[in-house]
Amino acid sequence: MKLLKLIPDNTNIHFLKWRVPFYTVSLLLMAASIALVAVKGLNLGVDFVGGQMIRVTFEQTPAAPVAELREQVGALGFGEPTIQEFGKPNEISIRMKLPEGSEDKPELAEQMARKITTAIRAAHPDARIDGVDSVSGKVSSELFTTGMLALGLAMLGISIYIWVRFEWQFGVGALFALIHDVTLTIGLFALTQMEFDLNIVAAVLTLIGYSLNDNIVVYDRVRENLKKYRRMPMPELLDLSVNETLSRTVVTSLSLLITLVSLLLFGPDVIFGFTAAITLGIFVGTYSSIYMATPILIWLKVNAGSFVPTETEIDRQERLARER
Amino acid sequence: MLDFPRWKQVWYWALTLLCVAAAVPSLYSIGSAPWPDFLPKPMVNLGLDLAGGSHILLEADPSQVSRQRIENMEESVRSRVRQAEPAIRIGDISSRDGRLSFMVENPAQVDMTRELILPLTTGAGLTGQRDWDIKVEDGSRFVLTPTKAGIDLAVGQAMETATEVVRKRIDALGTREPTIIRQGNDRIVVQVPGLKDPAALKSLLGQTAKLEFKLVDTTASPTDIAQGIAPPGSEIVPYANAQDARGGVAAIAVKRLGGIKGDTLTDARQSNESQTNQPVVSITFDQQGGAKFAKLTTENVNKPFAIILDGKVLSAPNINEPILGGSAQISGSFTVETANQLAISLRSGALPVDLKVIEERTVGPDLGADSIQKGLVAMLVGTLALAAFIIATYGRFGVYACLALIINMLMILGVMAIANTTLTLPGIAGFVLTIGAAVDANVLINERIREERARGRRVVQSVEMGYKEASRAIFDANITNVIAAVLMFLFGSGPIRGFAIVLMIGIVTSVFTAVTMTRMWAANWLRRARPTDLVL
Repeated sequence: MKLLKLIPDNTNIHFLKWRVPFYTVSLLLMAASIALVAVKGLNLGVDFVGGQMIRVTFEQTPAAPVAELREQVGALGFGEPTIQEFGKPNEISIRMKLPEGSEDKPELAEQMARKITTAIRAAHPDARIDGVDSVSGKVSSELFTTGMLALGLAMLGISIYIWVRFEWQFGVGALFALIHDVTLTIGLFALTQMEFDLNIVAAVLTLIGYSLNDNIVVYDRVRENLKKYRRMPMPELLDLSVNETLSRTVVTSLSLLITLVSLLLFGPDVIFGFTAAITLGIFVGTYSSIYMATPILIWLKVNAGSFVPTETEIDRQERLARER
Repeated sequence: MLDFPRWKQVWYWALTLLCVAAAVPSLYSIGSAPWPDFLPKPMVNLGLDLAGGSHILLEADPSQVSRQRIENMEESVRSRVRQAEPAIRIGDISSRDGRLSFMVENPAQVDMTRELILPLTTGAGLTGQRDWDIKVEDGSRFVLTPTKAGIDLAVGQAMETATEVVRKRIDALGTREPTIIRQGNDRIVVQVPGLKDPAALKSLLGQTAKLEFKLVDTTASPTDIAQGIAPPGSEIVPYANAQDARGGVAAIAVKRLGGIKGDTLTDARQSNESQTNQPVVSITFDQQGGAKFAKLTTENVNKPFAIILDGKVLSAPNINEPILGGSAQISGSFTVETANQLAISLRSGALPVDLKVIEERTVGPDLGADSIQKGLVAMLVGTLALAAFIIATYGRFGVYACLALIINMLMILGVMAIANTTLTLPGIAGFVLTIGAAVDANVLINERIREERARGRRVVQSVEMGYKEASRAIFDANITNVIAAVLMFLFGSGPIRGFAIVLMIGIVTSVFTAVTMTRMWAANWLRRARPTDLVL
């Protein structure tokens, strides 16, 4: 039986030769992402800014009467609604943020949702209300704070663990790679103006999980090689480590992509944005573990002295065999 | 590393089978066949985003509690000073701007007044703060302000009753399996599965149902009422429905004191008025309330009185004759539905505090069912494609990895069922992440075995080294995920928590299946077949 082998044995690609240009590009992209968020802002969902979103399916018509709905909902006096298609042309979401200066009216979001639902039901008997979300300003700011707190603490906690298990340079490298991943993802959301809600925070957390897996695998190999080849120059040693783990990186990433693509193609519409964010994150995460997390070890001056080698019985036999 | 005594293998299999068996009822119920009652029934609950239903977060409005406290304090102070020996005369009483203030007419009595009032306050909270702040301004003006600690305490106590009232009202609607949980000091979470339209539920929960009967102040002129000016001792109350208004003014002046509160009801039912056949609510007072009501109506025959619900006038009928039987009818512009709703609210008692809906998430049952079905299809297709890829890449070891993966998925479901947790959409994302991590563990191990073989190690030694060397990275990766999951669970909210729970369970089961179980199978095979070469 012949098995599938995507990456030949003993590859020797000089990944780190391009570390300066790649780093430059990445840093520029990060700066661009921050600038985009600052200038265009994120299209925050009702989870984070408060307001209401309802999902409606029109059972008798092939396409939802969007223009008509816009007028009907607009006439209620809460402002202009955002109406988007949702899977099929007859399925739409109607979103409306809280108007300015409604902090002291916690019940407003729910009243908006109620009035809009009633108006649609009255004007369109075939409308089926599939979902209603209404979030008051107070709750939305709590959700935002707790979401960001969870995200920040998770990143920090992970970095501290890596610092304890490896060396502080590795902790810094992992944290930097995670910040890189998160920044680029959020930048993409600012660029495309896709809706950013609590589910996307969960997607970013998943992405961090994947990216971190990659980081640790490469770092673990670096640590091992640092003990093994004590005189090898750092760039060479890092290249070797990345090459040795390359087959694993490719196979794992492909496995994940297979599951994610099937979720994209066949999964529920509700999590499409979520899955898309994670799929993108796989590429960003793999890239960052090679080009962001690894070269930083050179600049932070990691060397073989960072780890005291411990020789196992098998290592000893191997060394004796080499010396012979 | 490859040493697995028989007792260990038995234990591993027993644990696996237990968890997988626990998943069976949940899987069975997807096929919508009822699970036999006589068997134990651990179940994974589907979150409202998957099963359809409403999640409603209610919050108390502290301003009303504060107003109520000031009103009560005013009455207490009045009666205290009246009964004092010698009597203390106070004047210029005001209960506006969130505080109660009054003048003591004889400045020499200030200290005495303070002595009298002090027992009306109590300690609140752990800091030794009191529930009222008493100040004397300009020598003789008392200013009493309810402190935040006092209001919080009062809100907390009110919420205890409110939770019970909410429960009674939801039960009266006949909804199945509602979840009603008090959250923090001033919030209640209500979760009701499978409700098509939660509007009725929400208006029922939003109705405070504070019923009052007050005498109409007929001395007030319509122009004064329109400008909001009430005669001394009276207050202006607006009508609930403008069309009920008399003489074109949508408000009425009523006497502040001498009314009856509706908290002495024993029953309330929707019925129809005998002459006009209009929907009304029939109420029955308890003995004490009935006596008070009889007294009020006897003393005020041929005068109008107002029926006030939550600060709005429902109607202001004339008292034609004394009502002595302890029961009465409330009329207003009701439909059968709204009359029924009011009856439920009155029966379950008034909410001691105004509740406001500050968050609602409703998912229609059709959308939920659609999500589950598509999610299952995607899971199935994804797993099959993944299995094909992994087996094509790693052969026999790939089969082990896939078996481990399937067992892992069943085990996660089983543990979730035993722990009685809820699976939500973000939880499914956690599922995907776990599957990814589990596959990665096997990829790491198998790649390492390949490497060790390429370096010329013997088969058994390569497998042993593969597991040993890969374990380090797998361990570190999983610990970091645990750290992230725990922090998310502690500090995150709703969806993020659902994600974290699945992740925590999945990390444990995936290490067990992807590392321990596959190693056991590999060891058994090596011992049995004694291969001299590996296809990997």
